[in-house]
Amino acid sequence: MPSTTQTSTTARDKGGAAPTAPPRSHPSRRRRPDRWLAWGFLAPVTVYLIAFYAYPLYRNVELSLRAYTVRSFVQGGAPFAGLDNYRTVLTDPAFGPTLTHTVVFTAASLAFQFTIGMALALFFHQHFPLSRTLRALILVPWLLPLIVSASTWSWLLNSDSGLVNAALGVVGIDGVNWLTSPGWSLTSVIIANVWIGIPFNLVVLYSGLQAIPTEMYEASALDGASGWQRFWGITFPLLRPVSLITLLLGLIYTLKVFDIIWIMTKGGPTGSSATLATWSYRLGFGNLLPEFGPGAAIGNLLIVLALIAGLVYIRIDRRQHLR
Amino acid sequence: MTTSPSRAWWKTGVGLVLTGLMLFPVYWMINVSFTRDQDMRATPPHLIPINGTLDGYRAVLDQQLPYLGTSFLVGLGTVALTVALAAPAGYALAKLRPPGGSALSFVLLIAQMIPGIIMAMGFYAIYLTLGVLNTLPGLILADTTLAVPFAVLIFTAFMSGIPDELLQAAVVDGAGRLRTFWSVVLPVSRNSIVTVSLFAFLWSWSDFIFASTLAGGGDHQPITLGIYHYIGNNNQQWNAIMATAVVASIPAAVLLILAQRYVSMGVTAGAVKD
Repeated sequence: MPSTTQTSTTARDKGGAAPTAPPRSHPSRRRRPDRWLAWGFLAPVTVYLIAFYAYPLYRNVELSLRAYTVRSFVQGGAPFAGLDNYRTVLTDPAFGPTLTHTVVFTAASLAFQFTIGMALALFFHQHFPLSRTLRALILVPWLLPLIVSASTWSWLLNSDSGLVNAALGVVGIDGVNWLTSPGWSLTSVIIANVWIGIPFNLVVLYSGLQAIPTEMYEASALDGASGWQRFWGITFPLLRPVSLITLLLGLIYTLKVFDIIWIMTKGGPTGSSATLATWSYRLGFGNLLPEFGPGAAIGNLLIVLALIAGLVYIRIDRRQHLR
Repeated sequence: MTTSPSRAWWKTGVGLVLTGLMLFPVYWMINVSFTRDQDMRATPPHLIPINGTLDGYRAVLDQQLPYLGTSFLVGLGTVALTVALAAPAGYALAKLRPPGGSALSFVLLIAQMIPGIIMAMGFYAIYLTLGVLNTLPGLILADTTLAVPFAVLIFTAFMSGIPDELLQAAVVDGAGRLRTFWSVVLPVSRNSIVTVSLFAFLWSWSDFIFASTLAGGGDHQPITLGIYHYIGNNNQQWNAIMATAVVASIPAAVLLILAQRYVSMGVTAGAVKD
């Protein structure tokens, strides 16, 4: 078997002018025709991205800039309305509370998912009998269809017959109307969302822990560092890059969350658990008379938030690769 | 490190408790699916299904089979289309270094971040004009958007690991790029194809937002809508709802049992690329 270096410098192409290609680089870099041929393999996905990502996004922007009625939605010819839909949304009395709910939902979900995920990752990192199997089992909530998780939690949190209220009753606390009282609905959907998000945090943080060389721990153990000191002195700093990425991905995912809230509370009662995502859906599909314009406008605001988070993620990710 | 066996088993005990806590809602779903209607509102609730019933599962067989069938077909369609689109793209990005390739990877990364509700609204407007609302191909196409960017990134990551020697050997033997892709790259990429297929199937199987916006009014409704209608219509029959939920969870369970290592690979590959 020829060594990597040999093969990559063997001139198989016409030019043969091998630039300073490091071993394991891509030899095709040297052949111009091939590089364009590569687009033959990329053509399907490119066409796909334009037709099924760019075009729906464009349609969505267009929806938000026109005054659509049901009739003009079907037949076309809605008048251009400029930023009217955005103005409608931003001046809506529901805008402030909905934005607050989105922020609270996202922040609380991230904080609990991450903390619990981290604790579990640290725990499972100490290998013990069955640790692999148990770690795999904990993935289940993340893999279940969201409608399954959401309806299970709906029943667990049911006011009259839910297990949670029954358990509270045993310790002498009065039952809470988890899903039907404005004061608790947001908390309820956060609880369900945290449960769903823990496995993702666990798996990613665990993979980060595995990348930390064990010698570092052995050295600090020799120095007599306690477990707590080891966590703050070694694990936490070394895990910072992975933690940052976990949190940012979590942020992007959580901003998108729609299914859980819609299935459990429909954003209610009286909008008390509505986020930007559920509000947008309600305007577009939740009422008898759809308001696609404002719905699309909210969607576009949401996408701006997600993209800002996304760009921050990519920036941090790139910077870490450069190191 | 020195861990005495007894201490290790103590940790296993804690691990079992933690896992039990995390999975308790899943157990509860199964428990309720076997509970009789008259026991449903018992105080305190029955922790194990004493006098269990199969009524819930009978309801699934009677009412939910068409939904399950639709979900299965949509899942297969999504897998086929996703792999067909993403595998060649991954090969090109990993091995052929096309001009503008990194820009495309960037677009794919961004595409993953677009909230589903926005895609749904755009698709709805387009499908209404084209008249493909409430059709299987329409739903399949929309569901592939859940998986294609992820799939391309996975394929790119995995195919970067294929030794260049292997591909060059094929070229020496006179194979063109297409031939190389088909007879060398695809066969050695079996793991990544499995990973991508599993996730594409699971995501399309679990999809609710596209189903409810693009297929909510037609004959081809997937299982997620089957459950959703149940919750909306007969709030009393929770054993039927939970039995449907259990059945709808089977793909996730199968995936975890048969392909545990691919699942972890998929989860981390999305976040920690190398």
